[in-house]
Amino acid sequence: MEKLHDFQRFIDAEEKIEPKDWMPDEYRAHNIRQISQHAHSEVIGMQPEGNWITRAPTLRAKKILLAKIQDEGGHGLYLYSAAETLGISRDEMIAQLHAGKAKYSSVFNYPTLNWADIGAIGWLVDGAAVTNQLSLRRTSYGPYSRAMLRICNEESFHQRQGYEIMLKMAKGTPEQKEMAQDALNRWWWPSLMMFGPHDNHSERSTKGMLWKIKRASNDELRQRFIDKTVPQAEFLGLTIPDPKLRWNEATGHYETSDINWEEFNQVIQGNGPCNKERMDHHKQVHAEGAWVREAAAAYAARQKEQLQEA
Amino acid sequence: MTTNQALYQYCLRLGDTNLILGHRLSEMCSRGPMLEEDIALTNFALDHIGQAEALLQYAGKLEGKGRSEDDLSYLRNVEEFENFRLVEQPNTDFAYVIARQFLVDVYQCLLYQKMQKSTDETLAGMGSRFLKESTYHLRHTSGWMERLGLGTDESKRRIQQAISDLWQFTPEMLTAKSYEKELEAQGIIPDAEEIALDWLVQVVRVLSRSGLHKPQDVAVPPPISHSDHLVRMLAEMQYLQRTYPDARW
Repeated sequence: MEKLHDFQRFIDAEEKIEPKDWMPDEYRAHNIRQISQHAHSEVIGMQPEGNWITRAPTLRAKKILLAKIQDEGGHGLYLYSAAETLGISRDEMIAQLHAGKAKYSSVFNYPTLNWADIGAIGWLVDGAAVTNQLSLRRTSYGPYSRAMLRICNEESFHQRQGYEIMLKMAKGTPEQKEMAQDALNRWWWPSLMMFGPHDNHSERSTKGMLWKIKRASNDELRQRFIDKTVPQAEFLGLTIPDPKLRWNEATGHYETSDINWEEFNQVIQGNGPCNKERMDHHKQVHAEGAWVREAAAAYAARQKEQLQEA
Repeated sequence: MTTNQALYQYCLRLGDTNLILGHRLSEMCSRGPMLEEDIALTNFALDHIGQAEALLQYAGKLEGKGRSEDDLSYLRNVEEFENFRLVEQPNTDFAYVIARQFLVDVYQCLLYQKMQKSTDETLAGMGSRFLKESTYHLRHTSGWMERLGLGTDESKRRIQQAISDLWQFTPEMLTAKSYEKELEAQGIIPDAEEIALDWLVQVVRVLSRSGLHKPQDVAVPPPISHSDHLVRMLAEMQYLQRTYPDARW
């Protein structure tokens, strides 16, 4: 009990918890769940974007997209490593993902249907992610907080590259503008859903806030994102797909319709447009790579043996 | 053929090779056997596409018809592509990806090393820039040749199969085109025969260190024509540019 009390005092003083420090089991589990979900999201997110690398319309666009997706893979790596400091291996995390016990961001269960989707993902999905991640730089678990610092720098570049694609499309030919609007129509609501349920419906928020794992509530972060993004859409000359969207002078915030929570729940439960496709792809690639990983392990073991004999 | 025309052809040959290899590697995104390798392969893709960009930009300048590197990449037909046939071969499995890359890496390291001394300043500059990238690629793929060759029975079987299947495409990579002779004589491009000799020595060294054997040379090399693999690849790669010719991306 006293340990828990000291732990809370430490957190309240804005100190960081490090891997070897004592922590309540629930704090450890909460962080493992959140960090591994974050890592899986980075990795699964490579699929919808990777889908367009081979169709990128210029060499420059192809290079930027490749570099961006590579960054996402790198984020996955730091985050898996951060979670490993809590006593879980990457293999275990991947097994949990495959068993459906660990989640990844539902936004990646939507398809990428035209080139403007690559712009919309950078602008909206990375924009929403970075809004959340900027606040996570102050999260109480040290390795997670440090990973976030690094990731945020790269994510803001991603958001800019996405917006650049949107700008080119929105100011391009009528067909390009149509693609841009279509992408915004399809990605707007899933991006808002990325912040999770309303605060009064979020089971884990309370403890997460108390332990300063989470630093701002779902609704606060969502509002921050909406207020920042609506003027950007106006600048592009595109229409946000929400007839009730309006600026409220009194609150200084935009008002929107409510999210379709039925869709949100369906996608989380595995019934989104691409849930099965994303998981099948990950499982298949993982299974196909087994012989390579076995070879690498066998070779490494033999090298070690030879080194010991020498 | 004037020197400029010959050099244009040569830059296309090297540029297209990088473009097509970069594209093949980019197909590996989210398909690596482990996350680290996924990142490494797409990083190589990025390097090759960067090399293609520089070479094709130079080719466009030499041609003098105002074609950009994007025009050359996205608006030529399959028969106009000059890439080595080796690099259009598909990513059959990880062993093929590594074997193909290794065979090209050894070649490109030797090529770029010599290209640094080209009497053409632009090529010399590219040679030293690209060599840094290719040296790193070769270190990576040589490591995998050894790991797969000496790993398990399955990995050995697969990497040997890949090397044997791809071997038939190597003479084309190593043989100079007739228009290259004059460029070699002027010291503009490296001597292909010298590269071919060093290439074989280095490849065989890595193969034997990895417990693999050099495949039999084919008596009759396959006809020098592109495969259907390339036709499909270009259809995908050029889709947006071809469908919306008025668009700027």
